[in-house]
Amino acid sequence: MPRRIQLPLTTEVISSLKAGDEVLLNGYVYTARDQAHLRFVKAICGKKTPGMIKGRTIYYAGPTPACPGRAIGSCGPTTSSRMDLFTPRLLKAGLKGMIGKGSRSQDVKLAIKRYKAVYFITIAGAGAYLSEKITEAKPVLYKDLGAEAVYMLKLKDFPAIVGIDSRGKEI
Amino acid sequence: MRKITAREISSAVAALSMEANFTLRKDILDALKRAYSSEKAAKAKKILGILIENAAIAKRTKTAICQDTGMAEVFIDIGQQAAVTGGGLAEAVNEGIRCGYNKGYLRKSVVSDPLLRKNTGDNSPAVIHTRIVPGGRMKITVMPKGFGSENKTLIKMFNPTQGTGDIGRFIVEAVRKAGADACPPYILGVGIGGTIDKACILAKEALLRPLGRRNAKAHIARLERELKKKVNALKIGPMGFGGNATCLGVNIEEYPTHIAGLPVCVSISCHATRSATKTI
Repeated sequence: MPRRIQLPLTTEVISSLKAGDEVLLNGYVYTARDQAHLRFVKAICGKKTPGMIKGRTIYYAGPTPACPGRAIGSCGPTTSSRMDLFTPRLLKAGLKGMIGKGSRSQDVKLAIKRYKAVYFITIAGAGAYLSEKITEAKPVLYKDLGAEAVYMLKLKDFPAIVGIDSRGKEI
Repeated sequence: MRKITAREISSAVAALSMEANFTLRKDILDALKRAYSSEKAAKAKKILGILIENAAIAKRTKTAICQDTGMAEVFIDIGQQAAVTGGGLAEAVNEGIRCGYNKGYLRKSVVSDPLLRKNTGDNSPAVIHTRIVPGGRMKITVMPKGFGSENKTLIKMFNPTQGTGDIGRFIVEAVRKAGADACPPYILGVGIGGTIDKACILAKEALLRPLGRRNAKAHIARLERELKKKVNALKIGPMGFGGNATCLGVNIEEYPTHIAGLPVCVSISCHATRSATKTI
């Protein structure tokens, strides 16, 4: 049975998660893709770290717009490795969780271990299925980016698997 | 001359954009179901089951199969006895894309300049490929191409003395490098021959061919079957969880080429390879 996890992630939960564990995520996450990552890192360098980083979980996703009567449109993960260049800096700034698809670089793996974080993978290409596991969505930052804006999402039993655990062990 | 209005074209493109994004192609859905039935690896089987469920939810709720509703590639076969009236062809297609992506609540993923990167806000323009063919009709295919898989495309100019062994190794290696990043099980579109631009278009056209249909040339059909086996022996599987389903099919299109060269393009496409066609 998958284990139900409440977000934000606590130190105890992070250290208990092992690569390959199936989980159901509950609570708030923030979406961020390429351009948002670029802006995050610029903001961190300017000593203005955005609030959605420290202690939080980021979901690499850009949803389709919601049809009337639905919280969100299709919302599956995008390729995580495109964020690899920025991730160690975000982890240093306190990011604790990431959700995406595919493998990560050696640098990211080392940073996950060093800063005690966790990388989850979720079901790639199942955006319609995953949209039913999201109960709220609103754009909160960089709205000028359109599909790439940062959204705050509320997850309800959102399925994922631990891809890299806080010991740096990979699935 | 048979007249086809710009408005008819826009309306067909709009409808096809939505159909392609909401309804998984029957050949691909059937292939996913076959992969599900024969899969022994438990984790891989579970994911295949979810992908089939995802397609059902998308169709029922008119939610995009995948949030990456792509940059729209539009293939048009124009009958040489047909005339477009009431506006230009490219503008008619782009108007259809704007309308379909708005009305279908599809994601707007196109930026107006590859370096300045400002979103156009309506997913236009499309990438349009036209061919002039006999007759008076117009066959329009919309293929929304996601970039998670587009980013894994590889091209290579082989020497003319190289052959299927080298090409095969190149293709298998392309999939190995893509790993689970581009959403396996994959559909591989391969273009061999022509010039490099021709090989790239052939690879895309190959993705449009239904999975069960093999190339008419026996030696190419054999290569398609062999490569499918070799790629599946990589055991990447859905989400990288192993099992037998790393690719659902390999489609190869070929074209005459130059004595000095052997161009090859491999387009790796995800399990949500989408396209829809209408003839007007």
